[in-house]
Amino acid sequence: METLLVIVIGVLTACGIYLMLRRNLLRFIYGLTMVSNAVNLLILVSGRLTKRDAPIVPVGEQTVSGVANPLPQALILTAIVISFGLTVFALALILKSYQVLGTVDTDELAHESEEDAPPELPDLDLPEHSEAPASPVGVAAVKGSAIKGNA
Amino acid sequence: MNWLLVAPVVLPFATAALLVLLGQRLALQRVISVSSTFVLLALSLVLLLQVAAANIFAVQVGNWPAPFGITFVADGLGAIMVVINGIMAVAVALYGIKDISKRLESLGYHPLYHVLLGGINGAFLTGDLFNLYVWFEVLLISSFVLLTLGGRRAELKGGLYYVLINLFGSLTFLAATGILYGLTGTLNMADLAGKLDALPPGLVSTAAVLFFIAFGIKAAVFPLFFWLPASYHTPPVAVSAIFAAMLTKVGVYALIRSFTLLFDQDTGYTHTLLLVVAALTMLTGVLGAAAQNEIRKILSFHIISQIGYMIMGLALLTPLGIIGAVFYLVHHIIVKANLFLISGLIKREGGSFDLESLGGLYQRKPWLAVLFLIPAFSLAGFPPLSGFWAKLFVIRAGLESQQYLVVAVSLVVGLLTIYSMTKIWQAAFWAPQKSEAPVIKTGSLRFLYAPVISLALLTLVIGFFSAPFFNLASSAAADLLEPSRYIEAVLGTPQPELSQKPELLLRGEE
Repeated sequence: METLLVIVIGVLTACGIYLMLRRNLLRFIYGLTMVSNAVNLLILVSGRLTKRDAPIVPVGEQTVSGVANPLPQALILTAIVISFGLTVFALALILKSYQVLGTVDTDELAHESEEDAPPELPDLDLPEHSEAPASPVGVAAVKGSAIKGNA
Repeated sequence: MNWLLVAPVVLPFATAALLVLLGQRLALQRVISVSSTFVLLALSLVLLLQVAAANIFAVQVGNWPAPFGITFVADGLGAIMVVINGIMAVAVALYGIKDISKRLESLGYHPLYHVLLGGINGAFLTGDLFNLYVWFEVLLISSFVLLTLGGRRAELKGGLYYVLINLFGSLTFLAATGILYGLTGTLNMADLAGKLDALPPGLVSTAAVLFFIAFGIKAAVFPLFFWLPASYHTPPVAVSAIFAAMLTKVGVYALIRSFTLLFDQDTGYTHTLLLVVAALTMLTGVLGAAAQNEIRKILSFHIISQIGYMIMGLALLTPLGIIGAVFYLVHHIIVKANLFLISGLIKREGGSFDLESLGGLYQRKPWLAVLFLIPAFSLAGFPPLSGFWAKLFVIRAGLESQQYLVVAVSLVVGLLTIYSMTKIWQAAFWAPQKSEAPVIKTGSLRFLYAPVISLALLTLVIGFFSAPFFNLASSAAADLLEPSRYIEAVLGTPQPELSQKPELLLRGEE
C-alpha cells in the first residue's frame, strides 16, 4: 500500500510541476493543487499506514495503545483548509488580474509597460495644523491630535 | 506569567476582530489600531525583560505536556524579534494614518494589518514546527491581501509574482515538515532537536535542504529572490515598509531557528551551502540595486544583499557569527523600514520615486536630507552607526573562521552599498532641481515625519550605545548555540511518566 501511494505521490508531483511550468496561470493553480494533494498524501504515509482500531481512549483510562495514529489526519485537515483558502484567493487574484491586465499568460505579463507604474500616493486630506512640528518625544501627543483631526 | 507569552499573539487578533466589527467607522478604527500597537510594544518589552531575567520560558497551551500540546516558547532571539515587531508596528501604524488612502481603509486595511502583526509574532514565539507553518500561512494570506488591496495594474502584477512563489514555498515547507514527522514521529521543535541526532545524517540533510528552500523563498536568498523586487515597490509606502521590515526577516528567523536548533548534525554540508548562498545573495542583491533607478526598487534589492550578511553570520555558526546575525537582524529591520518610509517622504516632497526626475531636495528640505543620511549611512556601515557594528561582528566572525573569500565579498558589497546610497543622495538631494515645480502635496506631514525621526534616533542610539544591544544579542546567541537550554525549557529535565506511553502510540507500529 505504501509503495502504491509513493508512486501516486510521485506522479501527482510530476504532473503538478509540469502544469506549474506552463505559461497559463490557471494551469499553474491546477498544478499547485496537485502538488498540494501529493504533499497531503506524503504526510499520510509519514504517519504509517496501519490497520488498527480508531484511537478512542476508553472511559476511565488515561491512555490507549495499539491503535492507529490520528495525528497525520489532523495535520492534513489543517493543511487542506489552508490550501483551500489560499487557492481560492489565488483564483480570485488571477480573475481580477485577467480583468485588469487582460491576460493570464506569464510571457505577456512579463512585458513592462508605462501603465505599470505604482499608483499615486493618496492626497493628504487633513488641514494644516498650527501646532509645532512633530518631534520623536512628542509621538504620543501627535497621536492625540490625530484623533481630533480625523474625528 | 503564562498570559504574557501568548499576549503578543492574542492582542493583534483581538484588535483585528474588533476593527472588523467597527465596519466603516474609520476614525475610530485608526485610533484603536494605533493604540493597540502601543500596547503591543509595551507587552513585548515586558516579555523581553522577563526573558532577560528568567531566561527561556515556555507555555504549554491547554496544559498538555510538552511534545503533544501546542507549545509557545520565548527565548532570547524570539523575544528580541517580538519587541522589534512591536516597534515596527507602532512606527508603521503612525505612518499609515496619513499614508493609507480612505479607500484602502474602508476595504479593511486596519484589521489586515493586525492579522499580519499577529501572524508574525506567532511565528516568532511558537515552539512547534507545524504551528510555524500555520503562522506562516496566517501572515502570508494577510500580506497577500494587503499587497493587492488597491487592485490596480502594478499591484496586481507584483501581487501575482509574490503570491504564486510563496504558495509554492509553503508547499515545500509542508512537505519538509511531513518528511521530518515521518522520520521522528514528532513536530515539537525541542523534541525534534533531540531525535534528529540519532538519524542518518543523509536523510536529515535532505529535509534540511527542503526547509532551506522553503525559508529561503521567504527570506529572499539567492536564487529564490526574484519575487521581492518585482512586488515590494507596488503597494502603499506603509505596507511596503512593514513588508520590507518584517516579512523577509521572518524567513531569516526561521532559518536561524532551524539551522541552530534542528539541523546542526552535518554542518560541513548544510552550513557550507548556507555560506555559499550568503555570498551569492549579498553580491546579486547589491549588483541588482546598482542597475535600478527607482528608489523603492533600489531599496528592495538592498534587502536581498543585506539578508546575505545575516545568513553569513548564521553559516559561520561561531558565537560571534550568531551575535552578528542577530544584531544585523535588529539593525536592518529598523534601518530598512525607515528608508522605505523616507522614500514616501521623498515622493511627497519631491514628486517622484524616480531618481531621474528628482532633484534639489537638499536645498528645499535639508532636514529630510539629514533624516535620509542616518539610515543610508547606517545601511552602508559607516562608523559609528548601527550598521557598522553589525558588519563588524559578522566580518570579524568570518575572519576568525578563516573564510576569507566570503569576507572579501562582504567588504566589496559594503562598498557597493555606499555607491547605491550615494546614488540616491546625489540624484534626489544634491542634483539641481530638474522639473520646474515638483508636485508637493499639501497637508500636514507630521504623522509621516514622527516615525521616521523616531527610527532614525533609534539607529543613532544603537550605534552610539551599542553595548546593551550587543549584550542582548550575545545572550540570544548563547541560547541559540546551546540548544540544550531550549530543549530543557520546553520539555523539562525529568520526563513525566505519562509522556512516554502515548509516544509509542503516535509512532505507529515500530
